[in-house]
Amino acid sequence: MPEPLRSSARRPRGRPLLAGTCALLTAAAVAGCGSAAVGPPVLNFYTPADNAEGYAAAAEACTAEAGGRYSVVQQTLPKSADDQRLQLARRLVAGDTAVDLLGIDVTWTAEFAEAGWVQQLPDDVAAQVTDGTLEGPLATATYQDALWAAPLNTNTQILWYRKDLAPTPPATWDEMIDASERLGEQGLPSYIEVQGAQYEGITVWFNTLINSAGGQIVDEDGNVRIGEGQAAQQALDIMQRVAASPASDPSLSVNKENDGRLAMEAGTAAFQINYPFVYASINTPPPDGGGGGTFIDDQGKPSATDTGRRVIDEFAWAPYPAVNAGEPAKPTIGGLNIAVSATSLHKDLAFEAMQCLRNRDNQLRNATEGGVPPTLEALYSDPSFQAEYPAWEAIKNSLDNASVRPQTPAYTSISIVLSDMLNPPAAIDPAALAPQLVDQVEAAVKSEGLVP
Amino acid sequence: MSIESAPAPTTGSTQVGAPQGRKGKPVRSEGKRAERRLGLLLAAPAAIIIVGVTAYPILYAIWLSLLRYDLRFPADQAFVGLANYATVLTSGYWWSAFGVTMLITIVSVAIEFVLGLALALLMHRTLVARGLVRTVILIPYGIVTVVAAFSWQFAWTPDKGYLAALLPDGSAPLTDFASAMAIIIVAEVWKTTPFMALLLLAGLALVPDDLLKAAQVDGAGAWQRLTQIILPMMKPAILVALLFRTLDAFRVFDNIYILTQGSNGTGSVSMLGYNNLFKAFNLGIGSAISVLIFLCVGLIAILFIKLFGASAPGSEPTGRR
Repeated sequence: MPEPLRSSARRPRGRPLLAGTCALLTAAAVAGCGSAAVGPPVLNFYTPADNAEGYAAAAEACTAEAGGRYSVVQQTLPKSADDQRLQLARRLVAGDTAVDLLGIDVTWTAEFAEAGWVQQLPDDVAAQVTDGTLEGPLATATYQDALWAAPLNTNTQILWYRKDLAPTPPATWDEMIDASERLGEQGLPSYIEVQGAQYEGITVWFNTLINSAGGQIVDEDGNVRIGEGQAAQQALDIMQRVAASPASDPSLSVNKENDGRLAMEAGTAAFQINYPFVYASINTPPPDGGGGGTFIDDQGKPSATDTGRRVIDEFAWAPYPAVNAGEPAKPTIGGLNIAVSATSLHKDLAFEAMQCLRNRDNQLRNATEGGVPPTLEALYSDPSFQAEYPAWEAIKNSLDNASVRPQTPAYTSISIVLSDMLNPPAAIDPAALAPQLVDQVEAAVKSEGLVP
Repeated sequence: MSIESAPAPTTGSTQVGAPQGRKGKPVRSEGKRAERRLGLLLAAPAAIIIVGVTAYPILYAIWLSLLRYDLRFPADQAFVGLANYATVLTSGYWWSAFGVTMLITIVSVAIEFVLGLALALLMHRTLVARGLVRTVILIPYGIVTVVAAFSWQFAWTPDKGYLAALLPDGSAPLTDFASAMAIIIVAEVWKTTPFMALLLLAGLALVPDDLLKAAQVDGAGAWQRLTQIILPMMKPAILVALLFRTLDAFRVFDNIYILTQGSNGTGSVSMLGYNNLFKAFNLGIGSAISVLIFLCVGLIAILFIKLFGASAPGSEPTGRR
């Protein structure tokens, strides 16, 4: 392993030299050095479309910091994660040397590493990245005991609720379902908003529940563990009860993160499992945000008339509900990691730029402007971060208990299979479904079966 | 249509009646042959390119379908024979997608045929503003499928859509199998009925007016004229229209991709192929699905030509008269 690294280290050295000479010559006003090919190496940083401005700003800052040795150019990938992954995979399989740095979803680490698309972090870089970084996000960048990417942003879900409807927030799913049903019987807003649509979100819900119940979908060695113990059945049972409850949102089976946010802002939801963006959103005036939510009357029902009281006045947050009382939930961790492409011609510089792109300033900008929590532990005690994230303690707590989605190259297949079998959640038959999940996930792990 | 079919006997004679033609006019054959050679030479580059861009990918897909080849496990690549086909054909996902696809195909093509025929008759009989009527009818066909699918999706989304607003409160029609399928079929029908109508209109031009008038004089009603004269005379055009639309409908993708993403069991075989190729990165299984779709499409085409027998394109009306 050290050998190819050293050989790649040698290559770029010629370039800055060349660039330096070129700069000198141009300074001397000698013509003929203006060709674009001989500037400092350009590192392309492919990022998701969300928060693209933030990543572009980071790229600019890092270009300035590099002092002419390299420049980082941010390139925007599509909005949907599937499309981002497809485009990156196509470029990397085709050996595109213009891909240097990639922002990869936390669930792609194993896949990209196993396929040889990304470069393992050299020991010194790995040590620097590990230093001061939260454990959960680091685990998402790890595959088979090696670090393949550097955590840039993280994300986690907590419980958002209405304190007028639930004076003490429910600590467990059982309590939350009971509270929701009581509210429903009284004709008050009762919905529990959670991601029930057939997509990654429902897999995340299941992953959080099964981990909170002490189980696991697939372990680090790629063994399927769904069938062990009662965790899967407990998780499935909760999902079914939430969805089939008379007090549930009728469109739960198609709801994604944004639908939950909207239901809460519209005053029909009492509880919501969601990411911190909902807080920023309810505080943002329309049309970009909820503008404090709708008016609510004395009882807490949404009202069309100005009652002087809005959803935001009762909007509060609490830790993610547990499955078993007394055992804290293990919310699934999300976020974005930066990896260095195996096809890059400037890997050493790319590793350097990787560290710059995730430094304190750039992470703080992503957190405050892009709405994505940072991965550097120190930032959680930073006043400017705390001001932007009043729920920072719950978020931090959630991250400390985090669970990671299966670290296997076949994760995408597992997720597609799971989301297909778990949706619609109201139709789940826990006892019958658990063994089926085992079979289908086994096939997906081995990339044997079809994905729906 | 009549102008196009006029040279058919001469070109046809090179195949069916070739020996006769050669014997009959030996003097001209020299020049004809040179002309033919030149024609072939001129057509060759285009033909070679077409073979290159169609045959190569098809053969490559067939080759991939015989391999275990997953982009995520590049080291784990092997020749597995027909194992991928066995996997696909024993998978419930394939058969449910196949059922959905057949359902969409049969229902949408049937509705399109009836509506298309009605529109074709209307366009054929229109006396005033003929151009305007034809243009208006063709508008849906001119709209990009994805754009149309998005507008349908918005229309059926609760709170946002004007069509969803007509339904009882709290209903989300795209989230239930039956209603989602109905919407997909409606979107397909809306989009491609004009195409059907256009092809049938061309067929209507084949029906001689005299014949219809004679039938009318003999006391045939409108329905009798339609079923006894117009439809039999249009048979070749109907075959072409139904064949094209069936093949198209069997490969339905855009509408489902936008409207439901295949959720609630509404995925077609093309969606299944896409997901296995571009989400699971499983080139072996995905190619096997693609080849199976190709075989299905071929089978549909053969069935159609067998069913309609002599009226297949190529043995056109001239042959029948």
